[in-house]
Amino acid sequence: MRLSAENLAWSARGVPIVREVSLQVGAGETLGLIGPNGSGKSTLLRLLSGVLRPEAGEVWLGDTPLARMSRRHVAQLLAVVEQQAETAERITVQDAVELGRTPWLSALRPWSAEDDAAVAEALAEVEMSGFAGRDWATLSGGERQRVHIARALAQRPRILLLDEPTNHLDIHHQLSILRLVADLPVTTVLALHDLNQAMGCDRLGVMHHGRLVALGRPDQVLTTALLRDVFGVRATFLTDPADGERIIRFHAVS
Amino acid sequence: MPQIPAVRPLARLLGRVALHGAWISVALAAAVLAGVCIGETAIPLSTVWQTLANKLLGAAYPLDRIDQGIVWNYRLTRAIVAACCGAGLAVSGVILQSLLRNALADPYLLGISAGASTGAVLVTVAGLGAGAVSLSLGAFGGALAAFLLVALLARASGGGIGPRAAGQIVLAGIAGSQLFNALTAFIITRSASAEQARGIMFWLLGNLSGARWDNVGLAVPVALGVTLLCLWHARALDAFTFGTDSATALGVPVRRVQTLLIGCASLATAVMVSIVGSIGFVGLVVPHAARFIVGVRHVRLVPAAALMGAMFLIAADVISRIAVKGQVLPIGVVTALVGAPVFALILVRRKPAR
Repeated sequence: MRLSAENLAWSARGVPIVREVSLQVGAGETLGLIGPNGSGKSTLLRLLSGVLRPEAGEVWLGDTPLARMSRRHVAQLLAVVEQQAETAERITVQDAVELGRTPWLSALRPWSAEDDAAVAEALAEVEMSGFAGRDWATLSGGERQRVHIARALAQRPRILLLDEPTNHLDIHHQLSILRLVADLPVTTVLALHDLNQAMGCDRLGVMHHGRLVALGRPDQVLTTALLRDVFGVRATFLTDPADGERIIRFHAVS
Repeated sequence: MPQIPAVRPLARLLGRVALHGAWISVALAAAVLAGVCIGETAIPLSTVWQTLANKLLGAAYPLDRIDQGIVWNYRLTRAIVAACCGAGLAVSGVILQSLLRNALADPYLLGISAGASTGAVLVTVAGLGAGAVSLSLGAFGGALAAFLLVALLARASGGGIGPRAAGQIVLAGIAGSQLFNALTAFIITRSASAEQARGIMFWLLGNLSGARWDNVGLAVPVALGVTLLCLWHARALDAFTFGTDSATALGVPVRRVQTLLIGCASLATAVMVSIVGSIGFVGLVVPHAARFIVGVRHVRLVPAAALMGAMFLIAADVISRIAVKGQVLPIGVVTALVGAPVFALILVRRKPAR
């Protein structure tokens, strides 16, 4: 399903956080959002998910404006993995992932075998199948992050928004989550910090001071000039002799 | 396509609801009967049965009129009102704790108890309404006024939606409670005699001795209503586990659910307070105890809290009647004396999440 945004703007206490952002993500495409701290990536994701209502502009899911859909309908199409969503409740991993089925259930549509299957599949996809009975409080940060991703997958969405999904993850799980996300047949937007990982996305959007300053294929976007102007680093590009892929090395600007 | 596979889970669900509904009803009935039988003068179960048969089924068992009167007009109404208050307060506590994501939230958090005391004092001590307004009505009015003030304050401070909302509501509640407690103290010191102050004090700590059938007619629908409403929203309440943003992302209309459930919980609490005074600790402790036993999923937690709240308050009422010979303790004293140590135990046993 296509996700598009038109001239989105949002500010907090008069300080503009996101301004005039327009973008389109095609069905099945993976768009990476990069940018320095405070550049508006998380806020843009919250606007795209409808959790925040834009002050100006509009978000579209397919051909329908998000603002005109019910929350429930939105949640059936779009799932969100936030940064650091925490709880003090004594819940198990199974409980947390089952929450993902919320938009599909109602008083007349109770829990069924289909929901069990969705939960089991989601747990398997993030390699947490053996953890279903574990207490939330006993999980490490990375394990919690994977449970959050499983919860979003259990929603069976057609659009997936992830805010720094590789935070807290060890390198093995960083790579496996990124591969999982890239292979999913859903439209994905994810905020990322690691620019080398961002190279794996279909397209990249660069946020700077609340604006989308570049949008395009990774090799077109990640130029020495942009890395200097936006991130304030000097970059050199190396080639991996194993497969010919480019990697970026960063140096402080002296 | 989606309808046919849904039939079997739906039938199974209805079966489960019927089964659990049945045993919960039986347990409640047993608790009420126990509450009727036990007292300073014990009444045999057979007398209670026969009274019920006479009154409800038109049977004609020959019974002592005084015994029959005590059972029907005093003990039974008292036990039913106690059960309703316990259930209503416990469910309201569940709602506030879940939606505000605060383990220390209780039904009085939004100024209801403080407002009720101000209303009661205005009527009894300051003579508002010149006798036309009962103490209950005054308390109800005060509770509502306080709740509305706190709700407006919470809204004005950005307490509608967002990560900071819950904190703003709690702070607004504290401000409102302080204000109304100060008003109550002011009115009492200005115009109350020592005798009046003692009466108010006694009423505030909870008093079931005035419970009659018209109170039952109010308390039963309110307790049942708030419990069923909460049960209907069980999944939405579950979705608040990771906060309001996460609930929104899971398809819950957060603002509507918050307004509806907090509003109804507060209304139910205001009704209970106006009938029996502000009985403390039930709304705080029972939800935690219920979580300990059945877990955090609201589809189990809500009925469990309602049942435990009802039984706890019936038991507390029985204790308040028989603990000191010839004297009825305020029930709030009993709930706090039992509740505080239990709560301390829960706090100690509860492992922190991080």
